[in-house]
Amino acid sequence: MTTSSFSEPAFAMVENQLDDPPQKAPRRKVKRKTWQTAIWFIVLLALAAVVLYPLVWLLLSTFKPNAEFGQNMGLLPNNPTIENYIKVAEGIAGVPMWRFFANSLLIAVGSVIGTVLSSALAAYAFARIQFKGLGILFAAMIGTLLLPFHVVIIPQYILFNNLGMVDTFWPLLLPKFLATEAFFVFLLVQFMRQMPRDMDEAARIDGAGHIRIFWAIILPLIRPALITCAIFAFIWAWNDFLGPLLYLTSPEMYPLPIALRLYNDQSSTSDYGATVTASFIALLPVLLFFLVFQRFLVDGVATQGLKG
Amino acid sequence: MSTTSTRVIVTGRKPKRALSRDSKPEDVSRPGQRSRQRKESLAGYGFLIPWLVGFFGLTIIPMVYSLYLSFTNYNIFSPPKWIGLDNYIRMFTNDPSFIQSAQITLIYVLVGTPITLIAALLVAMLLNYRDKGAGFFRSAFYAPSLIGGSVSVAIVWRAMFAGDGPVDNSLSFFGIDLGGWIGNPDLVLPAMILLSIWQFGATMVIFLAGLKQIPKELYEAAEMDGAGPFHRFRAVTVPLLSPVIFFNLLLGLIGAFQVFASAYIISNGSGGPAGMTNFITLYLYKRGFSDGQMGYAAAIAWVLLIVVAIIAFILFRTQRSWVHYSGDSK
Repeated sequence: MTTSSFSEPAFAMVENQLDDPPQKAPRRKVKRKTWQTAIWFIVLLALAAVVLYPLVWLLLSTFKPNAEFGQNMGLLPNNPTIENYIKVAEGIAGVPMWRFFANSLLIAVGSVIGTVLSSALAAYAFARIQFKGLGILFAAMIGTLLLPFHVVIIPQYILFNNLGMVDTFWPLLLPKFLATEAFFVFLLVQFMRQMPRDMDEAARIDGAGHIRIFWAIILPLIRPALITCAIFAFIWAWNDFLGPLLYLTSPEMYPLPIALRLYNDQSSTSDYGATVTASFIALLPVLLFFLVFQRFLVDGVATQGLKG
Repeated sequence: MSTTSTRVIVTGRKPKRALSRDSKPEDVSRPGQRSRQRKESLAGYGFLIPWLVGFFGLTIIPMVYSLYLSFTNYNIFSPPKWIGLDNYIRMFTNDPSFIQSAQITLIYVLVGTPITLIAALLVAMLLNYRDKGAGFFRSAFYAPSLIGGSVSVAIVWRAMFAGDGPVDNSLSFFGIDLGGWIGNPDLVLPAMILLSIWQFGATMVIFLAGLKQIPKELYEAAEMDGAGPFHRFRAVTVPLLSPVIFFNLLLGLIGAFQVFASAYIISNGSGGPAGMTNFITLYLYKRGFSDGQMGYAAAIAWVLLIVVAIIAFILFRTQRSWVHYSGDSK
């Protein structure tokens, strides 16, 4: 790709890196090592510049006046302005922006609660209880990990249509309360299996039942895994496009991604600045989550193989 | 809170465990044991109720129903009409849009996924070279995976690859004048594939975790035997990383088949230009929900399922010859 055109900042930073070590490095081998490290930094910084360029472009473009988009597709706005934000706040199709935001938030928070609750219950059964049919059901759960979601969208749509739930949030939330996202169940099973079994046996002798053990022993112990699940459930629900596209028909029910589609459809004729700014606002919570929880997210991926 | 409860339980562990595991079955008569088993099963299924409802109500029964629908003519308003294999026959003999959709989807999946994997592995190896400073890059490269499938990013991607957009301008700088990619039937699929490669970060993080587990002594031993960097990569890295490669390949392929939002937004829902972003999921959506041909769409969904199943089957089948799990003799 076009690596070299973005690498100027890379050089600037690596020069600083190079300034101190060579003085303390008389031996040739150490010097060679320093050079290798310098090249390592340059390559990675150049790559990071390319990878992050679209995001930086998005952030800076929100400050471009609408008229500038035709001529200036570069990084920096010539005449920075916040008029896009003022326009976007008014919303589109007669619905104010805060409403789309609130809809997204409601769906995402509901999804987090449903996913964490139902997945933890299922995971406890799979990981800590010996019951007839455990093997088969566990294999079936793993099988749904590989199942393309599109196979069930038509019958699910018919079902929710018959239940009169089209144009409500229920078709988006109900599946989350029924642990249909096997990834989360699997992740929590992995965690619960690592907990020593002696603990619940001991608790059992003390008269605790499964509900007690689940609530008072297992859940507190797997809190990090629950947080990882919650973050991912939030982001996936926040970014979800197909679900709301299928089920939500009136604009005042739209979450941000569907509202963005309205901007996108109209953008060829009119308001590019507003489209870009609305896109940025839709991305902002996820980016903030990422900045705050990046260790959690990246480690969750590293240990559990969860994708983004 | 969690630490105290752990300590209390651990101190009282030994006698209690002996009591529960060994002596109880002797004390209690068979019917008692059986009733305990039944109680366990009851508890198991109790905890599983939400999952079971979802599994049968939202997955298994819908799947079977969609298989039935695939043999019918159905538009949500009038009852399904049985037409046998007609949907499937039409798909393969009388529907050029489907054939094109299947082709571009396969190109997208079979080109994009391996390139993403290779890029992810190369960058992971680069990051594994040094610990200091790698954390920042690991996070920076991971960020696109989190948002890559979103509508916002698809909108940005349109701008990136538009005529006189950043990509076009950079290429012009090198004397390559391609114009806009999004409106060009030859270049829109490469732009989509680049969008999937851009999201290499999650795969990279998994590779990096795998690389960290490979013992350094193995590389030292190989180096002592005179193996160069490339030979070390083939003889140490690839075999020891093969379970991770397998995992990433399987999930990467299955995930790539399901790309939807980016194609929808980049083509404004049309699958264009010239059908070159009309991925199978988008085609299925348009047939089922815009044209009201739900029977036909169900048949498309089942073809998708069968293709994914075949790919997973082939991968699991060939696994034995190239995936080494720890403890295996090579």
